[in-house]
Amino acid sequence: MKDKLAKIMENAMTQIEESGQLDKLNDIRVSFLGKKGELTSVLKSMKDVAPEDRPKVGQLVNEARSKIEGMLEEKKAFFEEKLLEERLKSETLDVTLPGKKLAGGHRHPNTITLEEVENIFVGMGYQVVEGPEVEFDYYNFEALNIPANHPAKDEQDTFYITKDILLRSQTSSVQVHEMEKGKLPIRMIAPGRVFRSDEVDATHSPTFHQIEGLVIDKNITFADLKGTLQEFAIRLFGEGTKVKFRPHHFQFTEPSAEMDVSCFKCGGKGCRFCKGSGWVEILGCGMVHPHVLEMSGINPEEYTGFAFGVGLERIALFKYEIDDMRLLYENDTRFLRQF
Amino acid sequence: MDTSLSWIKAYVPGLECTAQEYTDAMTLSGTKVEGYTEFDKNLEKIIVGKINKIEKHPDADKLIICQVQIDEEGKEIQIVTGAPNVKEGDKVPVVLEGGRVASSHKDGENENGFKIKKGKLRGVESFGMMCSIDELGSNTDMYPDAAKDGIYILSDNPEYEKAPIGSDAIELLGLHDVSFEYEVTSNRVDCFGVLGIAREAAATFGKKFVPPVITETGNDEDVNDYVSVEVQAPDLCTRYVARVVKNIKLAPSPEWLKRRLASVGIRPINNLVDITNFVMEEYSQPMHAYDLDMIEEQRIVVRKAENGEKFVTLDGQERELDDTMLMICDGKKAVGLAGIMGGENSMITDNVQTMLFEAATFDGTNIRLSGKKLGMRTDAQAKFEKGLDANTAIEAMNRACQLVEELGAGEVVGGVIDYYPVKKEPLTIAYDADKINALLGTDLSEDDMVNYFETIDLMVDRQKKIVTIPTWRQDLERMADLAEEVARFYGYDKIPMTLPESSATMGGLSDKLLLEGKVRNVVEAYGFCEGMTYSFESPKVYDKLNLTADDVLRKSIVISNPLGEDYSVMRTSALGGMFTSLATNYNRRNKDVRLYELANVYLPKALPLTELPDERVQLTLGMYGQGDFYDMKGVVEEVFARLSLTGNIEYNPVAGKSFLHPGRQANVVYEGKAVAYLGEVHPVVLKNFGIGERAYVAVVDLAELITMPKESVKYAGIPKFPAMVRDISLVMKKEILAGQIEAVIRKKGGALVESYELFDIYEGSQIMEGYKSLAYKITFRASDRTLTDEEVGSTMDKIIQTLEELGASLRK
Repeated sequence: MKDKLAKIMENAMTQIEESGQLDKLNDIRVSFLGKKGELTSVLKSMKDVAPEDRPKVGQLVNEARSKIEGMLEEKKAFFEEKLLEERLKSETLDVTLPGKKLAGGHRHPNTITLEEVENIFVGMGYQVVEGPEVEFDYYNFEALNIPANHPAKDEQDTFYITKDILLRSQTSSVQVHEMEKGKLPIRMIAPGRVFRSDEVDATHSPTFHQIEGLVIDKNITFADLKGTLQEFAIRLFGEGTKVKFRPHHFQFTEPSAEMDVSCFKCGGKGCRFCKGSGWVEILGCGMVHPHVLEMSGINPEEYTGFAFGVGLERIALFKYEIDDMRLLYENDTRFLRQF
Repeated sequence: MDTSLSWIKAYVPGLECTAQEYTDAMTLSGTKVEGYTEFDKNLEKIIVGKINKIEKHPDADKLIICQVQIDEEGKEIQIVTGAPNVKEGDKVPVVLEGGRVASSHKDGENENGFKIKKGKLRGVESFGMMCSIDELGSNTDMYPDAAKDGIYILSDNPEYEKAPIGSDAIELLGLHDVSFEYEVTSNRVDCFGVLGIAREAAATFGKKFVPPVITETGNDEDVNDYVSVEVQAPDLCTRYVARVVKNIKLAPSPEWLKRRLASVGIRPINNLVDITNFVMEEYSQPMHAYDLDMIEEQRIVVRKAENGEKFVTLDGQERELDDTMLMICDGKKAVGLAGIMGGENSMITDNVQTMLFEAATFDGTNIRLSGKKLGMRTDAQAKFEKGLDANTAIEAMNRACQLVEELGAGEVVGGVIDYYPVKKEPLTIAYDADKINALLGTDLSEDDMVNYFETIDLMVDRQKKIVTIPTWRQDLERMADLAEEVARFYGYDKIPMTLPESSATMGGLSDKLLLEGKVRNVVEAYGFCEGMTYSFESPKVYDKLNLTADDVLRKSIVISNPLGEDYSVMRTSALGGMFTSLATNYNRRNKDVRLYELANVYLPKALPLTELPDERVQLTLGMYGQGDFYDMKGVVEEVFARLSLTGNIEYNPVAGKSFLHPGRQANVVYEGKAVAYLGEVHPVVLKNFGIGERAYVAVVDLAELITMPKESVKYAGIPKFPAMVRDISLVMKKEILAGQIEAVIRKKGGALVESYELFDIYEGSQIMEGYKSLAYKITFRASDRTLTDEEVGSTMDKIIQTLEELGASLRK
């Protein structure tokens, strides 16, 4: 019996050893361990074994069985590893072939820029609000300290619908709406479309966008205005951006300023882009004029504030180095897909 | 506004700075310098030379050989020239070997000028060049005594005759100078004059401002014996100063005056015109001169014109006036359009004997509006428009008369006529150093502040803490204005940078803006790129859009002063812009274009507008190339789904859009309300816009969606029990819509129907003419048990029975 088992074992070992491929292993398994396999038939012949020897023989058979199984497993693992190796060797790609893209759409460069600006100010506690584009003269001019027949009104080349209703020439009108709500303090930015009677060319458009900013609270200073806008410039244009404030005049702010930022193309050395000056004019700003506060029912003795207005296209054009504003309104997908 | 550096220096003694330093410092203190031109930028080694001898060139008829003396010791160089106008003994500007000139006779101007080298002309050596005024970077307009074609003969000008040989010719001609161009803001009326700018420059550089000293002028006659002045429109003419000059001797101005004017680009004409222009530049006060012999009845009347009155201005143009315009008249007729232009009938001619000088203050707004109506824009008008300081008028007048005497241009008659009924008094403003510091965020002493006020000629009473504002600073009205003066001269750059430390506020976007952001994400995921178009439209777009005559979209707001017809109305739909953009892409051969715009449309409540219109934001989608109606519909469905608008949506094919294909359009009805539409663009509209293939659009009224209740998203549990799937294939008449079939599946299937999917549509030979086949996969599932065949079977029976009643039978 023992010899028989040993022979079966040897036979199995040889067959396993000589099996050239994975699918042969199963045949071998069946021929030894299957219902009609050799080892099974040994078990079936147990009845011929003396009862006292049966446990021992059983043990021997089981040992043989697990050995064969072990050998089969080992061989199987060997074949699988070899197969995997071969597969991996054969499976190579030309990784320089183009990637497959989902042709998703793109936001307009104006919108991308606006969202960046919004994120910066929302992070500083500003609400993003909107106001009407078709507006009363009062909100666009009068309440901003620009009375009827003021030359500043002419400077803006405003489109009129009627005597009292116009297309807003500045988002500053939203300042007035916010102040009139009477809820203080105010921290807001108001992005939106504005209209001026400029013929279309590379740097002008009768429609463009501004982002108005307004902060009103107790103890707001010109230094706060400078600090806030510097923070804005650094976050928008990157660390190392410098700002410069120059005195200017706006009817609805006093003191007023224009802010330049160090040219983000040349870093301030001077280039064709900044016309050699190293600076790029980016926005107008100032402390809210006390008369403007008064007209909207805010006591200038108690509250002060600052306001600023940024040209969205101006920033977008600079940021992306777009040299012709008309591209923004043509909607050629070869342009739009670049952003 | 322009000034030259030399002119500023005349009133700011001791000012020493480069053009760039001046530019930077003035800009930082609030007088923005836009740019500058250095006249001597390309002028080097140019001296006064004297032609001692001229010989003919042996080999060239048109050339001559000059021996030119270049220093007082008698050193000569040889110069060959083709200039025809020189003679022996002439003094001329000579550029020496190695020097530079601004322009070349042959090549015109050049950014870096032209270097002069020694050379040979037809075999004869030449060691420099004699210059024309153009080669010196100027022209005969600014140097009227220079030859038009030829060398500038300096010795022909008595003022230059004695110039030492070898001396700097550029200095002699006043070209070592810089012209600055300023951007003066509308509030700083004083800075439209050289004196105003000079005052700012003095304060900026910490120098003393020394304005011209005006001396008394006039003979012992009385101007009132010559003329009288009557102002009938005191609201429009607040001051009228008049003086008379007789025995006028018109002549060229002295060089200093010509150079001043030339340095700011004003062409010298004669002494009288030049004086007028000079004073206007200095004081920003326009003056006008009338030939007094043409003034009838020896009187001036300032009155409004009559409607339809005609008047010939001195440019020879006849103008038609109206009764808002202010006229200067004599006893019988109009002689000038106040503040804008004088009349042809009283203009100064070469024969003038006696003249009337006028320096007046007119209402700026009136002048501006009159000029606009007449389509005129003169220098004088531009000054008056700013709203001039009436107190300056008298100074300007006396300054002009002083110059008349100095230049010997005539005899000034004694006395002044000065109509000035309401004198403008200086304003006083209280100041409070603490408040100014609180506004600026600074910590400056009162001493510092007072010092800044005084450097710009504000008078300070420290006891009363009051500043008296001279009338020429009409922009200073309250303490905030004083704070700006402090900030300007302390330096905007020195003010610290802080962040507001007060109350915390919540930042964020409005619901509307958040919703717009979501919509962008959805449509971009479907390949749509964001476009932007103008809010203006052409009224012609209605016809291009194939709109019916009574279509409500034709009711649009009209701009009263548009840029042109193409931009004359406010859009009621963004489709015109969308089709134009699609056409642009189509013409440029861009394939598979998908665009969207979040566009405001402007819907008037009534026309003409009495209240603000309804501004509605609409999502407008447009595409051509890959994709059809159902792709567009899929995007619209996704927009609703992603906005959590889970209510009942129906697609009604009776949408009534004349710009869409009649058989391929639908209104999107959400909870019973039409809030969007979509469809294939009507072929006629495609043709009108020049789009050469089928295109699809959808318009979603986001303004409406914003107001609608949104289902908040709740987790539903991943199904634990298996689904049962049944396929049915139905045959029906073509007229029956898939929507009707699906309504039955939903209604009869009830809660057990988890989903259904149309997986096949067939029309063709296998099926009867006029019929179609639709095949649906219906998925049944219960959340609490495994469904049985019987349950599903009886539900299917109900569905099929109802479908058969509808006219859809099971395909055999």
